[in-house]
Amino acid sequence: MNDWPLLTIVTVLPLVGALFVLVVQGDDDSAKNNMRMVALLTTGFTFLVSLFIWAGFDPSNPGFQMVDSVDWLDGKIGYKMGVDGISMLFVILTTFLMPFCILASWNAVQIRVKEYMIAFLVLEALMIGVFCALDLLVFYVFFEGGLIPMFLIIGVWGGKRRVYASFKFFLYTLTGSLLMLVAILAMYWDAGTTDIQTLLQHSFSPEMQFWLWIAFFASFAVKMPMWPVHTWLPDAHVEAPTAGSVILAGILLKMGGYGFLRFSLPMFPVASDYFAPFIFTLSVVAIVYTSFVALAQEDMKKLIAYSSVAHMGYVTMGIFTMTTQGVQGGIFQMLSHGIVSAALFLCVGVIYDRMHTREISAYGGLVNRMPWYAMAFMVFTMANVGLPGTSGFIGEFLTLMGAFETNTWVATFATTGIILSAAYALFLYRRVVFGSLEKESLKSILDLSLREKVILVPLIALTILFGFYPAPVLNVTAASVDHLITNYHAALETAQKTAALVVVQ
Amino acid sequence: MYTAIVLLPLLGFLVAGIFGRVIGAKASEYITSGFLIIAAILSWVAFISVGLGDGETQIIPIATWIVSGALDVQWAIRVDTLTAVMLVVVNTVSALVHVYSIGYMHHDPHKSRFFAYLSLFTFAMLTLVTSDNLVQMFFGWEGVGLASYLLIGFWYQRPSANAAAMKAFVVNRIGDFGFALGIFGVYYLFDSVNLATIFANAQGFVESGAEGGGAVLTFLGTPYEPATAMTVVCLLLFMGAMGKSAQFLLHTWLPDAMEGPTPVSALIHAATMVTAGVFMVARLSPLFELSHTALTFVTFIGATTAFFAATIGLVQTDIKRVIAYSTCSQLGYMFVALGVGAYGVGVFHLFTHAFFKALLFLGAGSVIHAVSDEQDMRKMGGLRKHIPLTYWMMIVGTLALTGFPLTAGYFSKDAIIEAAFVGDNAFAQYGFWMTVIAALMTSFYSWRLIFLTFHGKPRASVDVMKHVHESPPVMTVPLMVLALGALVAGFVFSGSFIGHHQGEFWKTALFMSADNHVLEEMHHVPQWVKWSPFVMMVIGLVVAWYFYIKAPDAPKRLAARHDGLYKFLLNKWYFDELYDFLFVRPAMKLGRFLWKRGDGTVIDGFGPDGISTLVQDVTARVVRLQTGYIYHYAFAMLIGVALLVTWTMFAGGGAH
Repeated sequence: MNDWPLLTIVTVLPLVGALFVLVVQGDDDSAKNNMRMVALLTTGFTFLVSLFIWAGFDPSNPGFQMVDSVDWLDGKIGYKMGVDGISMLFVILTTFLMPFCILASWNAVQIRVKEYMIAFLVLEALMIGVFCALDLLVFYVFFEGGLIPMFLIIGVWGGKRRVYASFKFFLYTLTGSLLMLVAILAMYWDAGTTDIQTLLQHSFSPEMQFWLWIAFFASFAVKMPMWPVHTWLPDAHVEAPTAGSVILAGILLKMGGYGFLRFSLPMFPVASDYFAPFIFTLSVVAIVYTSFVALAQEDMKKLIAYSSVAHMGYVTMGIFTMTTQGVQGGIFQMLSHGIVSAALFLCVGVIYDRMHTREISAYGGLVNRMPWYAMAFMVFTMANVGLPGTSGFIGEFLTLMGAFETNTWVATFATTGIILSAAYALFLYRRVVFGSLEKESLKSILDLSLREKVILVPLIALTILFGFYPAPVLNVTAASVDHLITNYHAALETAQKTAALVVVQ
Repeated sequence: MYTAIVLLPLLGFLVAGIFGRVIGAKASEYITSGFLIIAAILSWVAFISVGLGDGETQIIPIATWIVSGALDVQWAIRVDTLTAVMLVVVNTVSALVHVYSIGYMHHDPHKSRFFAYLSLFTFAMLTLVTSDNLVQMFFGWEGVGLASYLLIGFWYQRPSANAAAMKAFVVNRIGDFGFALGIFGVYYLFDSVNLATIFANAQGFVESGAEGGGAVLTFLGTPYEPATAMTVVCLLLFMGAMGKSAQFLLHTWLPDAMEGPTPVSALIHAATMVTAGVFMVARLSPLFELSHTALTFVTFIGATTAFFAATIGLVQTDIKRVIAYSTCSQLGYMFVALGVGAYGVGVFHLFTHAFFKALLFLGAGSVIHAVSDEQDMRKMGGLRKHIPLTYWMMIVGTLALTGFPLTAGYFSKDAIIEAAFVGDNAFAQYGFWMTVIAALMTSFYSWRLIFLTFHGKPRASVDVMKHVHESPPVMTVPLMVLALGALVAGFVFSGSFIGHHQGEFWKTALFMSADNHVLEEMHHVPQWVKWSPFVMMVIGLVVAWYFYIKAPDAPKRLAARHDGLYKFLLNKWYFDELYDFLFVRPAMKLGRFLWKRGDGTVIDGFGPDGISTLVQDVTARVVRLQTGYIYHYAFAMLIGVALLVTWTMFAGGGAH
């Protein structure tokens, strides 16, 4: 098993599935069902195979593992895959969420089922590639390639304003990406390779770091999304089909945070240190600002989208503190948010499928007819609020703790988020679920079907499991995070010494 | 055994919560109640062996929770006398409330859910009181908040219940904001969140500052030396206590929480959860004891709450709200005791208060049950003959609350007043006077409640009066058990908690610095101080008797004469209106503004929408340039060539 190129296999598997979907002929119901079945089996199988990555992963090794590569262009640019403690769990998260997306689209998508399933499978392959790529150019291809299926998913299977939303999404992300491409070229000229492992050893001059950092920031900040380049997210979420929102919130948003951890911090430590206060400011503004905005929302998906922006604020704040708690908390927060926000969007999807509206005012008193749903939604609401005992708490708490060690202003303002998140999340819950069931249209609404229970129950279990026992995640990330932080501070020290020398001379 | 005490309620919750529908309501009731009764009995065993015996502080590790860098948080059970006291309080009251609820919730269709929530609450509360580190304490802290939220909103069809539930959670979160920052501060200063480590280093840490170590903590731009840093941390932690214990400024959620079923009010909003703040300060006495400023602030807040809540209690007409404000006020008493350094006294009052306040609430529940869910005392009256057992139980509770000699409240409340008198911080005297005045008001509103409810002529409709009935034994037996506690708890335990044996009783659970002599001095106060609470109680009783039995018109006339004051008190000092004006509405407005203006006009306006309009604008103009006439293009080309030539000439000229 050890010699198998596991990462490549996991990346390619969804593409194989996509081929199978492609060959299914016909447009009748049985053909559609076959396509769904193929997609579900593929994603399920991919998830199972990806578990071997976790099983074979050595948490005590801070470096890259399971590396496999194919040389191309004199070994300067080549295909190279590998995972470390920071990226491994994102791969698992991706493969884990995918079957749920397929299940969630089972009845919701009726037109162009074949294209839809293919788009999702291709998207999965690209997303796994992003987290595994150990070559900058390969990374870039995966990173940008992911835009295309997502763009199509929103643009083809989205809501009324889908074209506006998908263009906004595309414009924002592409602007950032172009700058990143320029930066990648510059890095290649400076270091002579795009191999990430080599680049991690390479030290760029402080001036160059400065510009490279900005270019990467432009791309990652949009993906994250950080305030003030977040406005594409609510629109994209609102228009995207449920499964699209799940992927968007669950995985695509994590690419920004992952990018910061993989590139900005280790490769440009001096610039990162220089810009950290700037990041803190944006993060805190994001947490407070978007929480207030969430409070005023009338659309369920928008509310959750804004709360996502606030939660991502904790991530950027945490990882730029460069403390163990901050970075580990940031990674945990991303993984937890991947589960929780995905689940929240699935919850919205459940009632959207029934009522075809996301207006909060169209609901009320659902608990009367949907006790199961009320229970599931309550668990995820509480996780979103960051209640201890749910996975949401661990990340929030650790990032805030890291922030307090770095700057108490940042920590204090960010901690107000725990008040605001309680306010907007419970306000939503109260308007949608509690109260008496008065609206005529809701009188015959049905509780969760078996399919929906199959989707939500594992997510509930994980949310609570990681709240009580986060060790599986924290153990895996510990060594790599430690390595990252040690190198970072060492690099800063060297840079300071060099700067001091320059002054002396 | 300790593990069983903590985990039995969890088991009950899981069984009733997950399998409630399968096994039915009856089974859920019996299983959860049965587990709680076992846990309560075990708690008394623990109390006797740890408190009255010579048990050392025990720490039982359960599992790893969060490990990140130097931060190491374990699930563990810490048992010392303070924990044992809380175990007894929590499990006894919880077990009785479980049993009582079997009767009280008899007609409710969601019984298994109710019992599941009650057990969940108990579990969370137990993790709080047994925690060995601040993070587990925070877990329990928020866990009880969740249970409280679920139970206040238990009748989810009532909009007022939902609003109250949300209010409780959010206001508590404001306190938790401080608590969380306090935990971060503690970790920053001590590199640990474990109580044992913090306590061991606290004293040395503050003393290190006396030798001039410089600033150790920069909080919000201000550098603090060790002693003041300790004050900052304590004040932040205390903010959490203020939220949970509904102290002045963060009290607004507690009266609204009465929307929940009455057994919930008894368990959560009187006997246990709201005392978590008191427990926290007592638990962290090794920290608070080192900060004179923080303790002074605690005294001030406690005394203010004791007085303020009592004034509101005077005029409320809802039977549960009167008791709720009374709870708020009594919690203030406890904080006064803590503030002057008499931790044992504060915890003692917590202990006795749990009995008589739970008794009063459950008694009120029995009354409400009898008069067909009516809560307004103006529509009661004359119930004494109809529900005599409840009446006498309420009398016992009232005697204990007002501090009638030899009842539980007499020992604990008078001790607080005496401790405040000898306390040596700036607000101790203020605390003394506030608590004495509050004692008068306590007596008045408590007897007012009794007289309005049970005496005089019936004011309920004939129809209601016809149905008035005494509650079944499943409800009255818990009342009798609590009444027993309310009568003898003070008498039996005062020697251990606050008397001569307190040293052997508390052992190392509470920390008092070497120059803290409150406990000795409070036994040597002047006679008038000793007598003052008793006198106050008698005056309160007499005035209440005059107002509500002798001359029932007097209160109305008084209210009419002091209309402004009456309205002020009736509207709870207008705190809800003030907060609504200051925070709630502006928050919504701000949210809307940031959304429409910030995101809409500014970011999108100058960002994507702006750019796309700009692009369309430019292209539209570019389109107009393309006229199709050759000579236009030729002319443009000519200009281009001219410019190019000029530029090369000048640029080339510069180079040579």
